[in-house]
Amino acid sequence: MSLLLEHIRKSYRQPEGGSLPVLGIERFEIVQGEQVALLGASGGGKTTLLNIISGILTPDSGRVVIDNRDLAAMPEVVRDRYRAAKVGIVFQTFNLLPAFSALENVMLGMAFSGRGVDRAFARQLLERVGLGHRLQHSPRRLSVGEQQRVAVARALANKPVLLLADEPTANVDPKNQQLVLDLIRETCRDHNVSLLMVTHSLEVAGAFQRIDRMQDFNHPELCVRGQAI
Amino acid sequence: MNLFTIAWKSILQRRLASCLTALSIGLGVMLMVLVLVIFGAVDSAFTQRSVGYDLIIGPKGSDLQLVLSAVYRMQPPIENLPYLYLDQIRRDRRVISAVPLAFGDVTEIGAFPIVGTTTEYFENEYMPGQSFRIRGTRISALFDAIIGAEVARENGWDVGSRFSIIHGGAESEDVHDEQFTVVAVLDTTGTANDRTVFLNLDGFYAIDGHEKPIDEVEKRLRDFYAADTERLSLAMNQLQEYRSRASGNPENAPAGGVKTYNSPDAMKEVTAILVRTRPETPFDAISLSAELQKGFQAMAVNPVRPIQRLMTGLLGNIQKALVVLTAIIILVSGVGIFVSIYNSMADRRREIGIMRALGAGRHHVFGIVLAESALLCLGGAIAGWLAGHGLAVATAPWVIRQTGLLINPWSMNTLEFVLFPVVGGLAVLVGFLPAMTAYRTNVADALSS
Repeated sequence: MSLLLEHIRKSYRQPEGGSLPVLGIERFEIVQGEQVALLGASGGGKTTLLNIISGILTPDSGRVVIDNRDLAAMPEVVRDRYRAAKVGIVFQTFNLLPAFSALENVMLGMAFSGRGVDRAFARQLLERVGLGHRLQHSPRRLSVGEQQRVAVARALANKPVLLLADEPTANVDPKNQQLVLDLIRETCRDHNVSLLMVTHSLEVAGAFQRIDRMQDFNHPELCVRGQAI
Repeated sequence: MNLFTIAWKSILQRRLASCLTALSIGLGVMLMVLVLVIFGAVDSAFTQRSVGYDLIIGPKGSDLQLVLSAVYRMQPPIENLPYLYLDQIRRDRRVISAVPLAFGDVTEIGAFPIVGTTTEYFENEYMPGQSFRIRGTRISALFDAIIGAEVARENGWDVGSRFSIIHGGAESEDVHDEQFTVVAVLDTTGTANDRTVFLNLDGFYAIDGHEKPIDEVEKRLRDFYAADTERLSLAMNQLQEYRSRASGNPENAPAGGVKTYNSPDAMKEVTAILVRTRPETPFDAISLSAELQKGFQAMAVNPVRPIQRLMTGLLGNIQKALVVLTAIIILVSGVGIFVSIYNSMADRRREIGIMRALGAGRHHVFGIVLAESALLCLGGAIAGWLAGHGLAVATAPWVIRQTGLLINPWSMNTLEFVLFPVVGGLAVLVGFLPAMTAYRTNVADALSS
């Protein structure tokens, strides 16, 4: 799997009129199995970038190429399918659904992929992240660290080729921070999954061989008055 | 894990609100089922059970009252017919059976209607293909009685029990001196017979106080046979002879009247006559009905027609009104479900965003909300349907005791088959707007909310 972003422009319309340029990326690339930490300040467009890569948002212009397919040119329904099948997402706030048990949360990740739900694999993933004894627990009954581990297992449920992690350790206590980080990196390595982790923490980014800074390749000023150039 | 499982989880998450909204639908459906079961029982009682006879003959008046009193024992009798008229009917070649009924009294305990009749009543079918089954012996003595199953059950009577009757009706305190003995108990028929006590017709005439003053009888005969001088003359002769006999024997002529069990037929009266005509010539009943009403103070009624009129008129409209009312309740409950789901959409925006981020398409989240609506509506409807029939099962014995109406709690009305598709349609209707809200949810906004 390779990810290539070219000439990406993204602006948001503002309530008072006009537009706010957020992304202006000429080129950004990740190769298969690579693990990248993306450093950036809050409001710097990190989450927007992840949303564009996952197909949740479309750029105003530019190309998002994954395995030689341009995501930005796909219809929404295809992007949804692509996201379900190819991309795993770990959120800063875990985003587990409280109505579902740990196991069901992981299986939920499989439910929309069109490949069916593999209960045994979901169980295996939870065992892999050390939650084999917590399968039927509701997220409310799990500690913060355990919740994030469930979120990691869910992100890997569809055997994605790319894992996007948005500040996954921001809400985790320092003791669990390293555990979660190690878990994500090791799991990605084990499954040969590319990893793009967004963080504002130098300490977290320091664990990665490749560290990119948003301000080095993102130039929102490339967007003029909200119009892509 | 499919859309319904996910929808079910969402319902469980808001179980109290979900239960209450489903309950409202359930109550509506339960009420509708009860209305249908009760009216089904009423309909069955009034349209099927009266057709054991082709005609009911009684004094002129309301045909409905005649049928309700003679067949269903729910109304007081109109008046009486001369017993001689029964003989006249019996001699008609078109008639294969003419059974006299004399009634007006009730039992002292339970106020069950008393009907004086002949053994022929029990030999005939009370419904097409349905014959009486009797436990005990036939009526032989003057004050023997056969009781219906419900009378036996409610009063705790059995063969050998003795009882008294009240003259006139339940509100009267005039208890007859005669004691009657139960010689047989009828099996349950699901008809008014279950709540009736049958006496020997001769015994009925022999009850003290059932006699009428001879002058009154004469006047009634003159009125009845005004257009038939031959029969009037015959009746007058009988009366004259009896008057002479009674005047010579004070025992037979107590103050104010004459004991009728020793009386000639001219002194006797019947309240109604149940008639069966020859089945091979169905027009007999029509011609007999038309013919009998010429000149005599009597009418012959097809037992089905007045009841059908009652059912399609008054009761039919009441049923329609109740069904419409319960349908409105269901509709309002549907609006309740709509409000509940719609209000929950704001809270579930993030949940929808998460599912979309996990790869759910717009059609998936649309389907989940619609499935939730369907589960609530149909779940409520199924629960309501079971509760309705369950309540019917639980209350059927009480209803039978109170009204004599034989309720089949699991009888299905055609409307019930339509009910579930309609509720399904309602689910789609009330779920559509919330589902569209889910469909239109902006994923990035929902996730950042």
